[in-house]
Amino acid sequence: MMNPDPHVSQRFDNELQAVHELVHRMAGTVEDQMRNALLAVQKGDEELANEVIGRDSVVDQYELRIEEECISILVRRQPAAGDLRLVMTLIKSIADLERIGDKAVKIANMAISMQHSTTSINQRFLRDIKTMGDYALGMFHQAMDTLANGDAEKAIEIAKGDEELNQEYRAALRRLVTYMMEDPRTITPAIDALFIAKAIERVGDHARNLCEYVVYLVKGINVRHSPLEEYGKQQD
Amino acid sequence: MVEGKKIKISVQNLDFYYGQNKALRAINLEMLSNQVTAFIGPSGCGKSTLLRVFNRMYSLYPGQRATGRVLLDGEDILAPSYNVNLLRARVGMIFQKPTPFPMSIYDNISFGIKLYEKLRKVEMDERVEQALRQAALWDEVKDNLKKSGLSLSGGQQQRLCIARAVAVRPEVLLMDEPTSALDPIATLKIEELVAELREQFTVLIVTHNMQQAARVSDYTAFMYLGEMVEYGPTQQLFTNPRQKQTEDYITGRYG
Repeated sequence: MMNPDPHVSQRFDNELQAVHELVHRMAGTVEDQMRNALLAVQKGDEELANEVIGRDSVVDQYELRIEEECISILVRRQPAAGDLRLVMTLIKSIADLERIGDKAVKIANMAISMQHSTTSINQRFLRDIKTMGDYALGMFHQAMDTLANGDAEKAIEIAKGDEELNQEYRAALRRLVTYMMEDPRTITPAIDALFIAKAIERVGDHARNLCEYVVYLVKGINVRHSPLEEYGKQQD
Repeated sequence: MVEGKKIKISVQNLDFYYGQNKALRAINLEMLSNQVTAFIGPSGCGKSTLLRVFNRMYSLYPGQRATGRVLLDGEDILAPSYNVNLLRARVGMIFQKPTPFPMSIYDNISFGIKLYEKLRKVEMDERVEQALRQAALWDEVKDNLKKSGLSLSGGQQQRLCIARAVAVRPEVLLMDEPTSALDPIATLKIEELVAELREQFTVLIVTHNMQQAARVSDYTAFMYLGEMVEYGPTQQLFTNPRQKQTEDYITGRYG
Protein backbone atom coordinates (compact mmCIF):
# COMPACT_ATOMS: atom_id res chain seq x y z
CA MET A 1 0.00 0.00 0.00
CA MET A 2 1.53 3.25 1.16
CA ASN A 3 4.65 1.93 2.80
CA PRO A 4 5.81 -0.95 0.65
CA ASP A 5 8.43 -2.15 3.15
CA PRO A 6 7.54 -5.16 5.29
CA HIS A 7 7.18 -5.05 9.06
CA VAL A 8 9.65 -6.84 11.28
CA SER A 9 6.66 -8.94 12.25
CA GLN A 10 5.54 -10.73 9.11
CA ARG A 11 2.37 -11.81 10.85
CA PHE A 12 1.44 -8.14 11.24
CA ASP A 13 1.86 -7.70 7.48
CA ASN A 14 -0.37 -10.71 6.92
CA GLU A 15 -3.02 -9.46 9.32
CA LEU A 16 -3.18 -6.03 7.70
CA GLN A 17 -3.29 -7.50 4.24
CA ALA A 18 -5.99 -10.00 5.20
CA VAL A 19 -8.31 -7.36 6.63
CA HIS A 20 -7.67 -5.06 3.68
CA GLU A 21 -8.66 -7.88 1.33
CA LEU A 22 -11.79 -8.61 3.34
CA VAL A 23 -12.88 -4.99 2.91
CA HIS A 24 -12.51 -5.30 -0.85
CA ARG A 25 -14.49 -8.54 -0.83
CA MET A 26 -17.20 -6.81 1.16
CA ALA A 27 -17.17 -3.96 -1.38
CA GLY A 28 -17.50 -6.49 -4.20
CA THR A 29 -20.59 -7.98 -2.57
CA VAL A 30 -22.08 -4.55 -1.96
CA GLU A 31 -21.46 -3.57 -5.56
CA ASP A 32 -23.23 -6.73 -6.77
CA GLN A 33 -26.14 -5.97 -4.44
CA MET A 34 -26.47 -2.47 -5.83
CA ARG A 35 -26.21 -3.58 -9.43
CA ASN A 36 -28.80 -6.34 -8.95
CA ALA A 37 -31.20 -4.04 -7.12
CA LEU A 38 -31.05 -1.53 -9.98
CA LEU A 39 -31.47 -4.34 -12.49
CA ALA A 40 -34.50 -5.62 -10.58
CA VAL A 41 -36.07 -2.17 -10.92
CA GLN A 42 -35.33 -1.97 -14.64
CA LYS A 43 -36.60 -5.46 -15.42
CA GLY A 44 -39.33 -5.63 -12.84
CA ASP A 45 -37.64 -8.79 -11.59
CA GLU A 46 -39.15 -9.61 -8.22
CA GLU A 47 -37.09 -12.75 -7.73
CA LEU A 48 -33.85 -10.85 -8.18
CA ALA A 49 -35.08 -8.18 -5.77
CA ASN A 50 -35.80 -10.82 -3.15
CA GLU A 51 -32.35 -12.26 -3.67
CA VAL A 52 -30.83 -8.84 -2.91
CA ILE A 53 -32.88 -8.55 0.28
CA GLY A 54 -31.81 -12.03 1.35
CA ARG A 55 -28.11 -11.36 0.79
CA ASP A 56 -28.04 -8.26 3.00
CA SER A 57 -27.09 -10.43 5.96
CA VAL A 58 -23.90 -11.40 4.10
CA VAL A 59 -22.92 -7.72 3.98
CA ASP A 60 -23.71 -7.33 7.68
CA GLN A 61 -21.58 -10.37 8.51
CA TYR A 62 -18.66 -8.85 6.60
CA GLU A 63 -18.99 -5.66 8.58
CA LEU A 64 -18.97 -7.45 11.93
CA ARG A 65 -16.05 -9.64 11.01
CA ILE A 66 -13.90 -6.80 9.65
CA GLU A 67 -14.66 -4.66 12.67
CA GLU A 68 -13.54 -7.49 14.92
CA GLU A 69 -10.32 -7.96 12.95
CA CYS A 70 -9.56 -4.23 13.15
CA ILE A 71 -10.17 -4.17 16.92
CA SER A 72 -7.86 -7.13 17.25
CA ILE A 73 -5.13 -5.28 15.33
CA LEU A 74 -5.62 -2.15 17.45
CA VAL A 75 -5.41 -4.02 20.71
CA ARG A 76 -2.55 -6.33 19.84
CA ARG A 77 -0.39 -4.23 17.51
CA GLN A 78 -1.08 -0.66 18.59
CA PRO A 79 -0.50 0.49 15.03
CA ALA A 80 1.07 3.90 14.39
CA ALA A 81 1.42 6.30 11.47
CA GLY A 82 0.41 4.77 8.11
CA ASP A 83 -0.69 1.51 9.76
CA LEU A 84 -2.96 3.40 12.13
CA ARG A 85 -4.41 5.45 9.29
CA LEU A 86 -5.05 2.27 7.31
CA VAL A 87 -6.92 0.59 10.16
CA MET A 88 -8.95 3.75 10.82
CA THR A 89 -9.73 4.05 7.11
CA LEU A 90 -10.93 0.46 6.92
CA ILE A 91 -13.10 0.81 10.04
CA LYS A 92 -14.72 3.94 8.64
CA SER A 93 -15.07 2.50 5.14
CA ILE A 94 -17.07 -0.54 6.22
CA ALA A 95 -19.68 1.69 7.85
CA ASP A 96 -20.24 3.38 4.48
CA LEU A 97 -20.19 0.04 2.65
CA GLU A 98 -22.84 -1.29 4.99
CA ARG A 99 -24.98 1.78 4.34
CA ILE A 100 -24.65 1.33 0.58
CA GLY A 101 -25.79 -2.26 1.14
CA ASP A 102 -28.87 -0.91 2.95
CA LYS A 103 -29.61 1.37 0.02
CA ALA A 104 -29.52 -1.65 -2.30
CA VAL A 105 -32.10 -3.35 -0.08
CA LYS A 106 -34.24 -0.24 -0.11
CA ILE A 107 -34.13 -0.11 -3.91
CA ALA A 108 -34.97 -3.84 -4.09
CA ASN A 109 -37.98 -3.25 -1.87
CA MET A 110 -39.13 -0.46 -4.17
CA ALA A 111 -38.73 -2.79 -7.15
CA ILE A 112 -41.11 -5.26 -5.49
CA SER A 113 -43.53 -2.52 -4.48
CA MET A 114 -43.61 -1.28 -8.07
CA GLN A 115 -44.54 -4.76 -9.32
CA HIS A 116 -47.49 -4.81 -6.97
CA SER A 117 -48.69 -1.35 -7.84
CA THR A 118 -51.69 -0.96 -10.15
CA THR A 119 -50.17 1.80 -12.23
CA SER A 120 -47.15 0.76 -14.25
CA ILE A 121 -43.94 2.67 -13.95
CA ASN A 122 -43.32 5.33 -16.49
CA GLN A 123 -40.45 4.54 -18.87
CA ARG A 124 -39.11 8.05 -18.42
CA PHE A 125 -38.68 7.46 -14.69
CA LEU A 126 -36.75 4.31 -15.45
CA ARG A 127 -34.40 6.23 -17.72
CA ASP A 128 -33.65 8.76 -14.99
CA ILE A 129 -32.96 5.97 -12.52
CA LYS A 130 -30.76 4.13 -14.99
CA THR A 131 -28.58 7.17 -15.67
CA MET A 132 -28.17 7.97 -12.00
CA GLY A 133 -27.65 4.36 -11.00
CA ASP A 134 -24.90 3.79 -13.55
CA TYR A 135 -23.17 6.96 -12.45
CA ALA A 136 -23.30 6.05 -8.73
CA LEU A 137 -22.10 2.50 -9.39
CA GLY A 138 -19.17 3.83 -11.42
CA MET A 139 -18.27 6.29 -8.67
CA PHE A 140 -18.38 3.59 -6.03
CA HIS A 141 -16.29 1.17 -8.05
CA GLN A 142 -13.63 3.78 -8.76
CA ALA A 143 -13.60 4.87 -5.11
CA MET A 144 -12.73 1.33 -4.07
CA ASP A 145 -10.02 1.24 -6.75
CA THR A 146 -8.38 4.32 -5.23
CA LEU A 147 -8.41 2.59 -1.84
CA ALA A 148 -6.72 -0.44 -3.37
CA ASN A 149 -4.10 1.67 -5.16
CA GLY A 150 -3.68 4.38 -2.55
CA ASP A 151 -4.37 7.01 -5.23
CA ALA A 152 -5.32 10.21 -3.40
CA GLU A 153 -5.35 12.44 -6.50
CA LYS A 154 -7.82 10.19 -8.26
CA ALA A 155 -9.89 9.96 -5.07
CA ILE A 156 -10.24 13.76 -5.00
CA GLU A 157 -11.33 13.75 -8.62
CA ILE A 158 -13.99 11.09 -8.00
CA ALA A 159 -15.23 12.82 -4.85
CA LYS A 160 -15.73 16.01 -6.84
CA GLY A 161 -17.91 14.02 -9.25
CA ASP A 162 -20.49 13.59 -6.48
CA GLU A 163 -21.75 17.09 -7.25
CA GLU A 164 -22.75 15.93 -10.72
CA LEU A 165 -24.84 13.14 -9.21
CA ASN A 166 -26.47 15.61 -6.84
CA GLN A 167 -27.41 17.81 -9.80
CA GLU A 168 -28.76 14.79 -11.65
CA TYR A 169 -30.89 14.00 -8.60
CA ARG A 170 -32.27 17.54 -8.39
CA ALA A 171 -33.14 17.47 -12.09
CA ALA A 172 -34.88 14.10 -11.71
CA LEU A 173 -36.76 15.44 -8.70
CA ARG A 174 -38.05 18.40 -10.72
CA ARG A 175 -39.16 16.16 -13.57
CA LEU A 176 -40.95 13.78 -11.22
CA VAL A 177 -42.77 16.59 -9.49
CA THR A 178 -43.87 17.94 -12.86
CA TYR A 179 -45.27 14.53 -13.85
CA MET A 180 -47.15 14.26 -10.59
CA MET A 181 -48.72 17.68 -11.04
CA GLU A 182 -49.69 16.96 -14.62
CA ASP A 183 -51.26 13.62 -13.92
CA PRO A 184 -52.22 12.52 -10.41
CA ARG A 185 -52.25 8.86 -11.50
CA THR A 186 -48.45 9.02 -11.72
CA ILE A 187 -48.10 9.99 -8.07
CA THR A 188 -47.59 6.47 -6.71
CA PRO A 189 -44.96 5.31 -9.24
CA ALA A 190 -43.33 8.74 -9.20
CA ILE A 191 -42.89 8.60 -5.44
CA ASP A 192 -41.41 5.11 -5.75
CA ALA A 193 -39.01 6.45 -8.35
CA LEU A 194 -38.22 9.40 -6.11
CA PHE A 195 -37.24 7.10 -3.24
CA ILE A 196 -34.99 5.14 -5.56
CA ALA A 197 -33.38 8.29 -6.90
CA LYS A 198 -32.78 9.49 -3.34
CA ALA A 199 -31.21 6.14 -2.41
CA ILE A 200 -28.89 6.37 -5.42
CA GLU A 201 -27.95 9.91 -4.55
CA ARG A 202 -26.99 8.72 -1.05
CA VAL A 203 -24.77 6.02 -2.56
CA GLY A 204 -22.86 8.84 -4.24
CA ASP A 205 -22.41 10.52 -0.84
CA HIS A 206 -21.02 7.30 0.63
CA ALA A 207 -18.67 6.89 -2.32
CA ARG A 208 -17.50 10.43 -1.71
CA ASN A 209 -16.84 9.56 1.94
CA LEU A 210 -14.76 6.57 0.85
CA CYS A 211 -12.68 8.86 -1.38
CA GLU A 212 -12.11 11.26 1.50
CA TYR A 213 -10.88 8.43 3.71
CA VAL A 214 -8.39 7.52 1.00
CA VAL A 215 -7.00 11.07 1.05
CA TYR A 216 -6.60 10.78 4.82
CA LEU A 217 -4.98 7.38 4.44
CA VAL A 218 -2.43 8.52 1.90
CA LYS A 219 -1.79 12.14 2.86
CA GLY A 220 -2.69 12.15 6.53
CA ILE A 221 -4.92 15.20 6.06
CA ASN A 222 -8.62 15.41 6.67
CA VAL A 223 -10.56 16.81 3.72
CA ARG A 224 -13.99 16.08 5.11
CA HIS A 225 -16.37 18.96 5.74
CA SER A 226 -14.26 21.27 3.62
CA PRO A 227 -14.82 22.15 -0.01
CA LEU A 228 -12.70 19.91 -2.19
CA GLU A 229 -11.88 22.89 -4.40
CA GLU A 230 -9.63 24.09 -1.61
CA TYR A 231 -7.72 20.85 -1.57
CA GLY A 232 -5.06 22.07 -3.99
CA LYS A 233 -4.37 25.07 -1.77
CA GLN A 234 -3.91 22.93 1.33
CA GLN A 235 -1.09 21.20 -0.45
CA ASP A 236 0.95 24.37 -0.88
CA MET B 1 7.55 27.77 17.88
CA VAL B 2 4.22 27.77 19.72
CA GLU B 3 2.21 30.79 20.75
CA GLY B 4 2.84 32.11 24.24
CA LYS B 5 5.27 29.40 25.31
CA LYS B 6 8.81 30.26 26.16
CA ILE B 7 11.80 28.38 24.83
CA LYS B 8 13.47 26.67 27.80
CA ILE B 9 16.27 24.83 26.07
CA SER B 10 17.74 25.57 22.69
CA VAL B 11 20.23 23.14 21.19
CA GLN B 12 22.35 24.61 18.45
CA ASN B 13 24.60 22.57 16.22
CA LEU B 14 25.50 20.12 18.94
CA ASP B 15 28.12 17.42 18.27
CA PHE B 16 29.14 14.90 20.87
CA TYR B 17 32.18 12.67 21.03
CA TYR B 18 33.13 9.58 22.99
CA GLY B 19 36.87 9.92 22.32
CA GLN B 20 37.15 9.81 18.53
CA ASN B 21 33.68 8.41 18.13
CA LYS B 22 31.07 10.95 17.10
CA ALA B 23 27.84 10.04 18.85
CA LEU B 24 25.71 13.09 18.06
CA ARG B 25 25.74 14.96 14.78
CA ALA B 26 24.64 18.55 14.35
CA ILE B 27 21.64 18.40 16.66
CA ASN B 28 19.34 21.41 16.49
CA LEU B 29 16.26 21.55 18.64
CA GLU B 30 14.19 23.89 20.75
CA MET B 31 12.22 22.75 23.76
CA LEU B 32 9.43 24.72 25.33
CA SER B 33 8.91 25.50 28.95
CA ASN B 34 6.42 23.28 30.81
CA GLN B 35 6.18 20.76 28.04
CA VAL B 36 7.10 17.10 27.95
CA THR B 37 9.48 16.11 25.19
CA ALA B 38 10.05 12.42 24.52
CA PHE B 39 13.15 11.05 22.79
CA ILE B 40 12.73 7.81 20.92
CA GLY B 41 14.94 5.79 18.65
CA PRO B 42 16.74 2.44 18.49
CA SER B 43 19.52 1.53 20.94
CA GLY B 44 22.64 3.51 20.26
CA CYS B 45 20.87 6.31 18.42
CA GLY B 46 22.20 8.89 20.90
CA LYS B 47 19.07 9.74 22.84
CA SER B 48 20.57 9.01 26.26
CA THR B 49 23.78 10.73 25.23
CA LEU B 50 21.79 13.82 24.36
CA LEU B 51 19.94 13.72 27.67
CA ARG B 52 23.25 13.54 29.54
CA VAL B 53 24.38 16.72 27.83
CA PHE B 54 21.61 18.74 29.43
CA ASN B 55 23.12 18.48 32.90
CA ARG B 56 26.69 17.96 31.67
CA MET B 57 26.78 14.57 33.22
CA TYR B 58 29.28 13.53 30.57
CA SER B 59 31.89 15.90 31.93
CA LEU B 60 32.42 13.45 34.80
CA TYR B 61 34.09 11.17 32.25
CA PRO B 62 37.37 11.97 30.53
CA GLY B 63 37.35 11.80 26.76
CA GLN B 64 33.72 12.75 26.40
CA ARG B 65 33.05 16.17 24.97
CA ALA B 66 30.34 18.25 23.41
CA THR B 67 30.67 21.07 20.90
CA GLY B 68 28.05 23.55 19.81
CA ARG B 69 25.69 25.43 22.06
CA VAL B 70 23.00 24.38 24.52
CA LEU B 71 21.12 27.39 25.83
CA LEU B 72 19.18 27.09 29.06
CA ASP B 73 17.08 30.24 29.35
CA GLY B 74 19.42 31.75 26.82
CA GLU B 75 22.64 30.91 28.67
CA ASP B 76 25.13 28.46 27.18
CA ILE B 77 25.57 25.59 29.64
CA LEU B 78 28.46 24.18 27.61
CA ALA B 79 30.53 27.33 28.24
CA PRO B 80 33.51 26.46 30.46
CA SER B 81 32.58 29.30 32.76
CA TYR B 82 29.15 27.85 33.48
CA ASN B 83 28.78 26.58 37.05
CA VAL B 84 28.12 22.85 36.75
CA ASN B 85 26.92 22.45 40.35
CA LEU B 86 24.34 25.14 39.82
CA LEU B 87 23.35 23.50 36.54
CA ARG B 88 22.66 20.18 38.28
CA ALA B 89 20.41 21.95 40.77
CA ARG B 90 18.47 23.48 37.91
CA VAL B 91 18.40 20.30 35.85
CA GLY B 92 17.48 17.17 37.82
CA MET B 93 17.81 13.63 36.56
CA ILE B 94 15.99 10.35 37.13
CA PHE B 95 17.56 7.11 35.98
CA GLN B 96 16.40 3.80 34.65
CA LYS B 97 16.98 1.89 37.87
CA PRO B 98 15.66 3.52 41.04
CA THR B 99 18.68 4.58 43.09
CA PRO B 100 17.59 5.57 46.58
CA PHE B 101 20.41 6.25 49.05
CA PRO B 102 20.76 3.67 51.84
CA MET B 103 19.12 5.95 54.38
CA SER B 104 15.64 6.86 55.56
CA ILE B 105 12.96 8.16 53.24
CA TYR B 106 13.18 11.53 54.96
CA ASP B 107 16.96 11.72 54.65
CA ASN B 108 16.89 10.67 51.03
CA ILE B 109 15.07 13.91 50.30
CA SER B 110 16.63 16.28 52.83
CA PHE B 111 20.11 15.21 51.73
CA GLY B 112 19.95 17.01 48.42
CA ILE B 113 18.30 20.11 49.86
CA LYS B 114 21.06 20.46 52.46
CA LEU B 115 23.63 20.72 49.69
CA TYR B 116 22.07 23.94 48.47
CA GLU B 117 20.11 25.44 51.36
CA LYS B 118 20.25 25.79 55.11
CA LEU B 119 16.79 25.20 56.54
CA ARG B 120 15.28 24.99 59.99
CA LYS B 121 13.71 21.68 60.99
CA VAL B 122 10.13 22.89 60.43
CA GLU B 123 10.99 24.25 57.02
CA MET B 124 12.80 21.07 56.08
CA ASP B 125 9.79 18.98 57.19
CA GLU B 126 7.64 21.10 54.93
CA ARG B 127 9.98 20.73 51.99
CA VAL B 128 10.18 16.97 52.39
CA GLU B 129 6.41 16.69 52.54
CA GLN B 130 6.02 18.94 49.53
CA ALA B 131 8.48 16.91 47.50
CA LEU B 132 6.83 13.62 48.46
CA ARG B 133 3.45 15.05 47.55
CA GLN B 134 4.74 16.24 44.19
CA ALA B 135 6.01 12.72 43.55
CA ALA B 136 2.62 11.26 44.57
CA LEU B 137 4.29 9.24 47.31
CA TRP B 138 3.27 11.15 50.45
CA ASP B 139 0.12 9.20 51.26
CA GLU B 140 1.95 5.91 51.06
CA VAL B 141 4.92 6.84 53.29
CA LYS B 142 3.80 9.70 55.55
CA ASP B 143 3.49 7.44 58.63
CA ASN B 144 6.87 5.88 58.09
CA LEU B 145 9.37 8.51 57.04
CA LYS B 146 12.11 6.90 59.14
CA LYS B 147 11.89 3.70 57.15
CA SER B 148 14.78 2.94 54.81
CA GLY B 149 14.28 4.09 51.22
CA LEU B 150 15.49 0.67 50.13
CA SER B 151 12.53 -1.04 51.81
CA LEU B 152 10.09 0.50 49.33
CA SER B 153 8.81 -1.28 46.24
CA GLY B 154 10.44 -0.56 42.88
CA GLY B 155 7.72 1.85 41.82
CA GLN B 156 7.83 3.64 45.16
CA GLN B 157 11.62 3.83 45.02
CA GLN B 158 11.40 5.47 41.61
CA ARG B 159 8.89 8.01 42.94
CA LEU B 160 11.23 8.59 45.89
CA CYS B 161 13.97 9.40 43.37
CA ILE B 162 11.59 11.79 41.64
CA ALA B 163 10.79 13.39 45.01
CA ARG B 164 14.52 13.72 45.67
CA ALA B 165 15.01 15.37 42.29
CA VAL B 166 12.14 17.84 42.65
CA ALA B 167 13.04 18.67 46.29
CA VAL B 168 15.86 20.96 45.17
CA ARG B 169 13.35 22.80 42.98
CA PRO B 170 14.89 22.27 39.57
CA GLU B 171 13.46 23.78 36.39
CA VAL B 172 14.12 20.85 34.12
CA LEU B 173 13.70 17.13 34.82
CA LEU B 174 15.59 14.59 32.76
CA MET B 175 14.20 11.06 32.80
CA ASP B 176 16.23 8.26 31.29
CA GLU B 177 13.86 5.32 30.78
CA PRO B 178 12.29 5.92 34.19
CA THR B 179 9.85 3.02 33.98
CA SER B 180 11.74 0.26 32.19
CA ALA B 181 12.37 -1.56 35.48
CA LEU B 182 8.79 -1.17 36.73
CA ASP B 183 5.59 -3.19 36.39
CA PRO B 184 2.67 -1.78 34.34
CA ILE B 185 0.78 -0.26 37.28
CA ALA B 186 3.88 1.41 38.73
CA THR B 187 4.62 2.60 35.18
CA LEU B 188 1.18 4.18 34.86
CA LYS B 189 1.67 5.97 38.18
CA ILE B 190 4.94 7.46 36.97
CA GLU B 191 3.34 8.46 33.68
CA GLU B 192 0.48 10.10 35.55
CA LEU B 193 3.06 11.91 37.63
CA VAL B 194 4.87 13.18 34.54
CA ALA B 195 1.66 14.86 33.43
CA GLU B 196 1.49 16.67 36.79
CA LEU B 197 5.19 17.53 36.95
CA ARG B 198 4.84 19.25 33.62
CA GLU B 199 2.86 22.03 35.32
CA GLN B 200 6.00 23.09 37.17
CA PHE B 201 8.92 21.63 35.26
CA THR B 202 10.12 21.14 31.74
CA VAL B 203 10.35 17.38 31.31
CA LEU B 204 12.64 15.51 28.90
CA ILE B 205 12.11 11.77 28.80
CA VAL B 206 14.01 9.04 27.00
CA THR B 207 11.97 5.92 26.41
CA HIS B 208 12.11 2.71 24.42
CA ASN B 209 8.39 2.35 24.81
CA MET B 210 6.78 4.20 21.93
CA GLN B 211 3.32 4.01 23.41
CA GLN B 212 4.73 5.66 26.50
CA ALA B 213 6.13 8.48 24.41
CA ALA B 214 2.73 8.83 22.74
CA ARG B 215 0.97 8.85 26.11
CA VAL B 216 3.08 11.27 28.09
CA SER B 217 4.68 13.74 25.74
CA ASP B 218 3.69 16.93 23.97
CA TYR B 219 6.58 16.73 21.53
CA THR B 220 8.50 13.75 20.31
CA ALA B 221 11.98 13.60 18.83
CA PHE B 222 13.01 10.60 16.77
CA MET B 223 16.76 10.00 16.63
CA TYR B 224 18.72 7.61 14.49
CA LEU B 225 22.48 7.05 14.25
CA GLY B 226 23.25 10.19 16.23
CA GLU B 227 21.02 12.43 14.15
CA MET B 228 17.75 14.14 14.88
CA VAL B 229 15.57 12.70 12.14
CA GLU B 230 12.27 14.26 13.09
CA TYR B 231 10.95 16.46 15.87
CA GLY B 232 7.36 17.57 16.16
CA PRO B 233 4.07 17.51 18.05
CA THR B 234 3.56 13.98 19.39
CA GLN B 235 0.16 13.41 17.82
CA GLN B 236 1.40 14.42 14.42
CA LEU B 237 4.56 12.35 14.66
CA PHE B 238 2.62 9.22 15.57
CA THR B 239 -0.22 9.61 13.07
CA ASN B 240 1.49 11.28 10.15
CA PRO B 241 5.28 11.43 10.41
CA ARG B 242 7.07 13.45 7.74
CA GLN B 243 10.12 11.23 7.39
CA LYS B 244 10.01 7.68 6.10
CA GLN B 245 12.67 6.65 8.65
CA THR B 246 10.35 7.76 11.44
CA GLU B 247 7.42 5.91 9.92
CA ASP B 248 9.48 2.75 9.50
CA TYR B 249 10.64 2.88 13.11
CA ILE B 250 7.32 3.59 14.79
CA THR B 251 5.45 1.08 12.67
CA GLY B 252 8.04 -1.61 13.28
CA ARG B 253 9.59 -1.92 9.83
CA TYR B 254 13.17 -2.50 8.78
CA GLY B 255 14.93 0.84 8.75
